[in-house]
Amino acid sequence: MNSSVSHRQKRNLREWLCRDSVAGVICTMPFIIGLVFFLIVPMLLSGYYAFCDYNILAPAKWAGLKNFARMFTADTKFFKSLEVTLFYAFVSVPLRLTFALAVAMILLRNSRLTGIYRAAYYLPSIIGGSVAVAILWKRMFAIDGTFNAVLGMLGIESRTAWLGNVSTAIWMLILLSVWQFGSSMLIFLSSLKQIPQTLYEAARVDGAIGIQQFFRITLPLLTPTIFFNLVMQMINGFLAFSQSYIITQGKPMNSTLFYVVHMYQQGFEFFKAGYASALAWIMLLIIGAFTGFLFLTKRYWVYEGGA
Amino acid sequence: MSFKVQQMLRTVLYHLLVMLLGFVMIYPLLWMIMSSFKPTNTVFTTAGSLIPATWTLDNYINGLKGFGGIPFTTFFRNSFFISVLATAGTIVSSAIVAYAFSRLPYRGRGFLFASMLVTMMLPAQVLMVPQYLWYNKLGWVNSYLPMIVPYCFAIQGFFVYLNVNFINGIPKDLDEAAKIDGCSPYGILFHIITPLLTPALITSGIFSFIWRWDDFLSALLYVRTSAMYPASLALKLFCDPGSSSDYGAMFAMSTLSILPVLLIFIFLQKYLVDGIASSGLKG
Repeated sequence: MNSSVSHRQKRNLREWLCRDSVAGVICTMPFIIGLVFFLIVPMLLSGYYAFCDYNILAPAKWAGLKNFARMFTADTKFFKSLEVTLFYAFVSVPLRLTFALAVAMILLRNSRLTGIYRAAYYLPSIIGGSVAVAILWKRMFAIDGTFNAVLGMLGIESRTAWLGNVSTAIWMLILLSVWQFGSSMLIFLSSLKQIPQTLYEAARVDGAIGIQQFFRITLPLLTPTIFFNLVMQMINGFLAFSQSYIITQGKPMNSTLFYVVHMYQQGFEFFKAGYASALAWIMLLIIGAFTGFLFLTKRYWVYEGGA
Repeated sequence: MSFKVQQMLRTVLYHLLVMLLGFVMIYPLLWMIMSSFKPTNTVFTTAGSLIPATWTLDNYINGLKGFGGIPFTTFFRNSFFISVLATAGTIVSSAIVAYAFSRLPYRGRGFLFASMLVTMMLPAQVLMVPQYLWYNKLGWVNSYLPMIVPYCFAIQGFFVYLNVNFINGIPKDLDEAAKIDGCSPYGILFHIITPLLTPALITSGIFSFIWRWDDFLSALLYVRTSAMYPASLALKLFCDPGSSSDYGAMFAMSTLSILPVLLIFIFLQKYLVDGIASSGLKG
């Protein structure tokens, strides 16, 4: 009797666990826990600290809007870092996407060597995030680095410390970013291959030549891909950190002081955790506003009909 | 005839240009690898030439001695330990969550799926201060926990999204047939979905490994004891003012540090390309 009840309960429990809706929640559990524990809780915690005087060692003290006021009044580097970051993102991302699309169009022409070319162009973006490449970049553009040496061989005598010069340093970081155009190129390549050839044939019949075909067919059909990449890469551009932290540390004269480098220095070198939290939240708002703006304008320039 | 010649010239020109650009693209890497075989005092005096005049392995021997009595192999071992565990956690958790998102409808799933997409737009940098403060409260600082545990909870939307896309492409008839035969949702996941999901799992594993291997930011934040440094952080020591500027050794260890990624690139490129193409297409 007793055992049959527990047996039935067991079977009911088993049946309940195997319902799609229950199994669904159970299988999503890792994400739910991760979302709450590693994203929402830290964000809320830092949201609170953003309104506090907090240096990690001593308990936090409520300070109201002091941290936010400091950004706009006392912290001269705040606007500088914002300016540097926006310049970097708005120059490097469009450049990289343009380059990626141009090379993808070139590689569309099939030959036996296409695989090798594709690999050569793609390699930098697969290892570009490593510390090794950051160190390499730092040495390449030093006074005695390979860049000046190669320029010398081409007959251009140069003694420029490219990374030590206020007007060139940021461009070296932009170059590093553009150099890694490979993964965007692959995305463009696979989108390009999905454009039906019949469209081009029809256009040819109507008398559309190369450039017209590009602007009337290729580009509009690529806009969804461009949009997705623009959003993701702009966000990453706003948040550039590791490479610039290793290569320039914001020098010379703050000309490469990215927002996140500034935030890192405030939080972990000057131990102003409350202020750094406020900076993190402001960046989050900027990213949210920018992404929202892109999504709002989406329908005016992104093609969404079927091909 | 002249048309044919013209076309041939064009083809040659095309290949020359594409090759030249390709060479420029990989020149920095070639320079790094070649410099690691040059005697350390000639690295910058011969910065313009690619091929070493005399080949030497001294840089590797000196570099592997490491810093302050800790051999560089320790740093590599640390990197492997962290990357492999975090990657295993990522693969398993992302696949399970993706299965639920793709196949098991329940109330609130749409909202959670949307949250997952939003987390894709929250890279580690914007979270570094909040997460540091939280892990500090938990007492996780100066351990590998912040670099491993979160990844076991599918916090990287990219991988969930990649797996969801892949599972959506698996015909539903298969699970329905299994269901009729009395297979539970968990059984379907293990016996039907997982075997078919293998390519996506490999792609996730490769990307996760490369990203964890290169990860500099979390090591910088959370690892304090130098014996616990992963290779990414240890390499940075070559850049610090006051460190002996043995550029040969620096390039040798840099070259070794990109070797695993390079091997993945050479032998598993197909999976990298597939991953990029399938996850970057949808808007």
